[in-house]
Formats: sequence, structure tokens, C-alpha cells
Amino acid sequence: MAKAAVRAGLVAVGLAWVLAAQVVLAADAKTYVLEGSKAAALESCVEPTDVMRRKHMELIKHQRDETVHGGIRSSKHSLAGCVECHIRFDADHAPTPIHQKDEFCGACHAFTAVNLNCFDCHASVPRGPGAELASHAAFQAVGVDRSVQSRADGEDH
Amino acid sequence: MGVAAGVTAAVVAPGVVLHSVTAAPRSEAVTSDVRWGLLIDTAKCADGCSACVDACDRENGLNLQSKPEGASQEHWDDQKAVWIRKVKLQDNQTGRVTNLPMMCQHCEHPPCVDVCPTGASFKRADGIVMVDRHTCIGCRYCMMACPYKARSFIHKVMEDQLTRVPRGKGCVESCNLCVHRRDFGEESTACVDACREAGHEAIVFGDLKDPESTIRKHLAEMASRQIREDLSLNTGVRYSGI
Ligand code: HEC
Ligand code: HEC
Ligand code: HEC
Repeated sequence: MAKAAVRAGLVAVGLAWVLAAQVVLAADAKTYVLEGSKAAALESCVEPTDVMRRKHMELIKHQRDETVHGGIRSSKHSLAGCVECHIRFDADHAPTPIHQKDEFCGACHAFTAVNLNCFDCHASVPRGPGAELASHAAFQAVGVDRSVQSRADGEDH
Repeated sequence: MGVAAGVTAAVVAPGVVLHSVTAAPRSEAVTSDVRWGLLIDTAKCADGCSACVDACDRENGLNLQSKPEGASQEHWDDQKAVWIRKVKLQDNQTGRVTNLPMMCQHCEHPPCVDVCPTGASFKRADGIVMVDRHTCIGCRYCMMACPYKARSFIHKVMEDQLTRVPRGKGCVESCNLCVHRRDFGEESTACVDACREAGHEAIVFGDLKDPESTIRKHLAEMASRQIREDLSLNTGVRYSGI
């Protein structure tokens, strides 16, 4: 009898924990897209959000080979596109490197203990002429003009 | 050609041409229907001019590297990444001096590709020989195999790279005929534009397989050679006047 009660209690605690964890996750997940990035002003990513969460690494790596070997630059899965849309601009309108641990890619990777070396070579902020061209296709894919305004953090609040 | 490019060019002043490219990124994989190449008229290549080298550096972000602290200038000149070198040849018997820019020769049978243990060094279908930096392990066999000393290795951590040209420590790199320009349907390379702007027009870029291309027409008219033609590599970069 007592044993059963303890068991039921444990199950309840377990359930509550699972629920709480999910709530935390959902709340967390919402926060990865940062205020002050173009993405914050948009409805959706280049693929449905759940696909992006689970599969972005495969999409990017596939794109990598298509681009380097096939010269294909019209894809919405370009790494330059991720950076351009998800980069956050601080109050001084300066872009903050996307892999830093409180920025878009960096924050989630820090949380999930993923270590990337991509930004040893790839520009971690849009830089130089041509950055625009490189991300053009991704913006077209979600049906927005690349010139979508990103709001600097803290503005209009 | 796979690239639907709308390129308009306006002549602003003699020798100065403005290009505006309506973005037409490549959407189909490159094919061997084209083979990109360069023709260099050494008679027009001026002594002391480094316009092509400087333009290449700016285009590809090579100007972002700096001499490591404590390194001698000589050491740095040896170590820093260069995609084009100006070379001066002198015929010891006649004293005739020839200047030429030397870069990756984009061989049909590239030795760098033969020796690469990972397949990182590869020839794109359109003839561009390049390094897939995602598979390059930095062994530098290709640098030793290249008869033209065309490749460089990045020894130090890089910062402030341009979006269009990722590059970083531990990998080999070299001229890729401005591959980003190719894929966005632009007409020429940074070195060709700079040489023209400097008033020399010593370099012509184009499709070696297209009988109507300027480069093919020039090749049909003037005597040209491959450097180290004894190696039978069938280079994509040809020189006249040597
Ligand atoms: C050693 C340098 C280096 C590293 C490290 C590196 N890349 Fe790249 N990457 C390059 C180069 C060089 C290109 C070719 C760029 C070009 O030709 O435009 C490239 C191109 C790409 C492209 C196609 C261009 C684009 O913006 O979409 C993708 C995608 C890509 N890399 C993904 C990655 C990912 C993901 C990682 C990390 C897992 C990574 N790269 C790490 C050098 C590097
Ligand atoms: C044109 C803008 C744009 C581009 C380009 C873009 N994204 Fe997004 N991304 C968004 C938006 C907007 C959201 C938020 C969607 C939502 O609210 O459900 C998002 C969401 C995400 C999420 C989910 C974040 C979370 O909180 O769980 C990931 C992961 C992601 N993007 C990764 C990428 C990667 C990787 C790339 C490059 C291949 C990329 N994005 C390119 C706009 C973009
Ligand atoms: C919502 C969380 C989240 C966000 C946001 C996110 N990632 Fe990831 N990323 C992950 C997780 C989790 C993994 C590891 C998956 C695995 O190991 O199977 C990963 C793995 C990767 C990998 C593969 C790493 C490897 O070495 O194989 C790449 C590349 C990558 N992410 C790129 C990006 C880029 C670029 C961005 C920003 C535009 C980004 N990610 C944003 C969660 C995220």
C-alpha cells in the first residue's frame, strides 16, 4: 500500500518533470532567434522550424558539397544565408559574431555541447562585397527582400 | 551555359568598364562543356606593375593577413599566402627580360590532384583546379607536387575573412579563377579587370572550349606556350611572347 503510494508519487513527480522540461524546452527554443536579427522580423526559416532544429547540419553540409564541387549558389541552405538572416546587430548597429556563445548558432551549440570549426574559415558576420549575393537565394526562398530591416537590440521597446 | 546572367557593361572612360551584374546565381552543377582559362601576353606585362597581384589580394581577402610578431620580412615573404606572383625571366645570352604573372595553371592533368590523399585537391568540371578546404588535412603534398609553386598554406589563425572567400588555418589554397565570380555569372576575374584598368590588357580570361570566345580567337592568332610543356599537363593558362 505504502509502496504503491510512493510509486504513484514518483510517477507523478516524473510526469511533472517531463512536462516542466518540455515547457522549459519550448520557452528556450523560442529564445534562440534573437531580437535585433532579420529573422526576428520574419515568420519562418528556410525550412519548417522543427526541420531546421533537427536537420540543419545535414542541410548545410549537403549544400557545402553542392556549392564547392558543383558551383551551385542558388540554394536557400547556404551558410552565408544563415549568417545573414540570423546575425544580431547590437545597439550600435554592429553585427555580433554568430558563433559566440550568446549569439544564435553559438548559444544553442553551447547548450547542446556541439563544437564547430566552421567559423575558423567562414565569416561569422556578413563581411565584404559579395556577402549580399551569397545570401540572396535564401532570402528569396522565404519570400522576402534581403533588405528586411533588422531592429537593433533594445530599439522600439 | 547553365548560368542565366544578365551582365551589362558600361564604358565610363577608355579602359575603364563598369560591370553591373543582375544576380544570377548558378542553379545547376557545372559541366565540362566549358573550360575556363587565361591567356597572358607577356609583351604587355609591365615591369614593376603589380595591379593583378594587388587586385587578387583584395578580391580574395589575402590582404587581410599580417606578418606574425617577431617574424622577419624575409620569412614572411616566404610564408604568406600568394595566389599570383610576378616572375621576371632573363635570357642570359641575349639579356632579354620578360615579366609574367604566375598562378595556378589549372592543368587538365593536375599533379596536385594526383597526390592528394583525401581527394580535397580536385578539378571542377569546368576546369578549375581547387582545394575543398572541408576535406583538406593540410599535408601539403600538393604544394610539393605543383611544378609552378602555385599553392600556399595558411599557418596562422585567420580573422575578418570575407563572406565570399572563406579561408583558414591548416589548409592549402591557390588561384581558383575567382570561382565565386564564375558562379554568379560575372564576366572576368579580378586580375583581368585590374590589368585592363592599369592600361595593359595583358590577361584575357575565357572559355577555352568556345570557338567564339575572345580567348580562343587570340589563341588562334598568336603563338602561345604552356610553361613546362614537357610535363604534358595541358595547362589552362597559356603565355605568349616567351
Ligand atoms: C578550412 C576552412 C573551412 C572550414 C573550417 C569550413 N569551411 Fe566551408 N568553405 C570553405 C571554403 C574555402 C568554401 C568555398 C567558398 C566558395 O568557393 O565560395 C566553403 C564553402 C562552404 C559552403 C558553401 C558556401 C555557403 O556559404 O553556403 C558551405 C555550406 C560550407 N562551406 C559549410 C561549412 C560548414 C558547415 C563547416 C563546419 C562544419 C565549414 N564549412 C567549415 C572553407 C572552410
Ligand atoms: C531569411 C531568413 C532566414 C534564413 C536565411 C535562415 N533562417 Fe533560420 N530561422 C529564421 C526564422 C524567421 C526563424 C524562426 C522561425 C519560427 O519562429 O518558428 C528561424 C529559426 C531557425 C532555427 C530554430 C531556432 C529555435 O529557436 O529553435 C534554427 C535551428 C535555424 N533557424 C537555423 C538556420 C540555419 C542553419 C540556416 C542556414 C541554413 C538558417 N536558419 C537560415 C529565418 C532564417
Ligand atoms: C536550436 C538549437 C540549434 C541552433 C539554433 C543551431 N544549432 Fe547547429 N546544431 C545543433 C545540435 C543539437 C547539433 C548536433 C547534432 C548532432 O550531433 O547530431 C548541431 C550541429 C550543427 C552542425 C554539425 C556539426 C558537426 O560537426 O557535425 C553544424 C554545421 C551546425 N550545427 C550549424 C549551425 C549553424 C550555422 C547555426 C546558426 C545559423 C546553428 N547550427 C544553429 C543545434 C542548433
